[in-house]
Amino acid sequence: MTIVYEKSKGLTDAQLHYCPGCTHGVIHKLVAEVLVELNILDDAIGVAPVGCSVLAYDYFSCDMQEASHGRAPAVATGIKRVLPENIVFTYQGDGDLASIGTAEIVHAAHRAEKITTIFVNNGIYGMTGGQMAPTTLVGQKATTAPLGRDEALCGKPIKISEMLATIDGARFVERVAVNTPANIRKAKKAIKKAFECQIKGEGFAIVEVLSTCPTNWGKTPVNALKWLEENMIPYYPLQNFRNFEEVK
Amino acid sequence: MAKVLMKGNEAVGAAAIKAGCKYFFGYPITPQSELPEYMSLELPKVGGVFLQAESELAAINMVYGAAGTGARVMTGSSSPGISLKQEGITYCAGAELPCVIVNMMRGGPGLGSIQPSQSDYFQATRGGGNGDYRTIVYAPSSIQETVDYVMEAFDKADLYRTPVLILADGMIGQMMEAVEFKEPKKIDLPEKDWSTTGTKGKRTHNIVNSLYLDSELLEKHNLKLEEKYKLIEEKEVIYESFGLEDADVVCVAYGTTSRIVKNAIKLSEEKGIKVGLIRPITLWPYPYEIFKKINPNAKGVLTVEMSTGQMIDDVKIAVEGKFPVYFNGRTGGMIPTPASILTDIEKIAGGIK
Repeated sequence: MTIVYEKSKGLTDAQLHYCPGCTHGVIHKLVAEVLVELNILDDAIGVAPVGCSVLAYDYFSCDMQEASHGRAPAVATGIKRVLPENIVFTYQGDGDLASIGTAEIVHAAHRAEKITTIFVNNGIYGMTGGQMAPTTLVGQKATTAPLGRDEALCGKPIKISEMLATIDGARFVERVAVNTPANIRKAKKAIKKAFECQIKGEGFAIVEVLSTCPTNWGKTPVNALKWLEENMIPYYPLQNFRNFEEVK
Repeated sequence: MAKVLMKGNEAVGAAAIKAGCKYFFGYPITPQSELPEYMSLELPKVGGVFLQAESELAAINMVYGAAGTGARVMTGSSSPGISLKQEGITYCAGAELPCVIVNMMRGGPGLGSIQPSQSDYFQATRGGGNGDYRTIVYAPSSIQETVDYVMEAFDKADLYRTPVLILADGMIGQMMEAVEFKEPKKIDLPEKDWSTTGTKGKRTHNIVNSLYLDSELLEKHNLKLEEKYKLIEEKEVIYESFGLEDADVVCVAYGTTSRIVKNAIKLSEEKGIKVGLIRPITLWPYPYEIFKKINPNAKGVLTVEMSTGQMIDDVKIAVEGKFPVYFNGRTGGMIPTPASILTDIEKIAGGIK
């Protein structure tokens, strides 16, 4: 009998705690598959964030560290500077990376830190129950923006990939989405490139993944995917911003 | 090895390297900046890494990551910077990560001053960050002692899997003294089989973590930490004391202040007053037991600090109400004088009300 599909060895047998329809599970799968396909799982050390994916350390089968809120790039820096031959990655949400952790991500990129960051942007604080994130769209409702995000009060949502793409040390920057099978395939390609960037010692790499939060968006899983396509992608265009293979 | 003349901050760095520390993540702040400066030059020579972080928060979290790989790692700062590092220190305590943190204390609160102070005693000895935890705290009074305890700190950090603090002040950091770098003691240390270095496909994954969502599990973790702290309290108390049995007055002081107190004690002896000294070298665990050796007929205990009175709380706990406890302190970067301490000793010996 031929095995045509199996769970990636990059994931443990732990049952994921994510809500029905949440796309974190898909993104975990892509990262795990890439670690296996590039044959770097045994040397990988991941850093989990604070937020919905806080328990990622239980799900990835490589060595893991749990960081405090927003500090994953600093923790990853500490690991990579001691173990330059290992593969070090962070997996962070938008509350973690785009709000409390902006200094850490900017300076990791600035130092061309040879780490890979998977940045999951679902435009909301999921774990704490649907509060406004720096990435929440104007007009989008959140528990701390009950009438919708007011631009006059909070400004526009932050575009992390565009910002990081201005930094020389960020050698691979791409925004992807996991709302359709085609986009999921593209997301995997980008994640693979982001790890290859590290393997080649090029510098900092980040993949921003647009993701859904059906629970806190108050939508069915299918409608959440549709909402992502109709609202998030127009504001957060899917594209490669920097590619080490072309920058040279 | 012959003695060399060194500035305190640089001696800290040299001692750390001698103890096998190869990684330093720091951020500039007066009066400890010579420490990162020294490390930036010296660590690359031993195949180590110095990195100037973007903030104290990042620095301590880099320490967390490096310590999680099992490396010997250090950071240093001064009071306001140490406040910022508390986030990382509590995470290190929770995840049981060995590391050494140096605080060259300056005046506070807030931005305070850049002059020496001892006003971070509460922060250092009561945990500092959130949660049920303690850190070993060494309070050296000379550069020689600083060097010795920096080396010891790395061993104790590894032995107990805990962050260790060196609590000195701007005076220790900035002054120069002759120091000897002795060979570090060889002690048996446990394997770091918990560290994250890549599974190499040979074991299940290691996780460095301080999160326990299940309350029963967190309580179990807290109790395990508490057991460790009890063991440290039993084994790691260090102090200097003299003249307690027949003392009229006993002084209690640590670090820089203890040197001023020793001068005051000499002045008192010239006046025929018998003065004993208790100098805690570990501020946590605190040497409570030695206070039981104080002459039962002593007139009182005088605590001298460069603060408005912080260690005095531990002194009161230690004397269990058996003696009146008095305070002499200067703060904000000011330093107590031997003359003022002598005046207080004379008053206490004469039986003040």
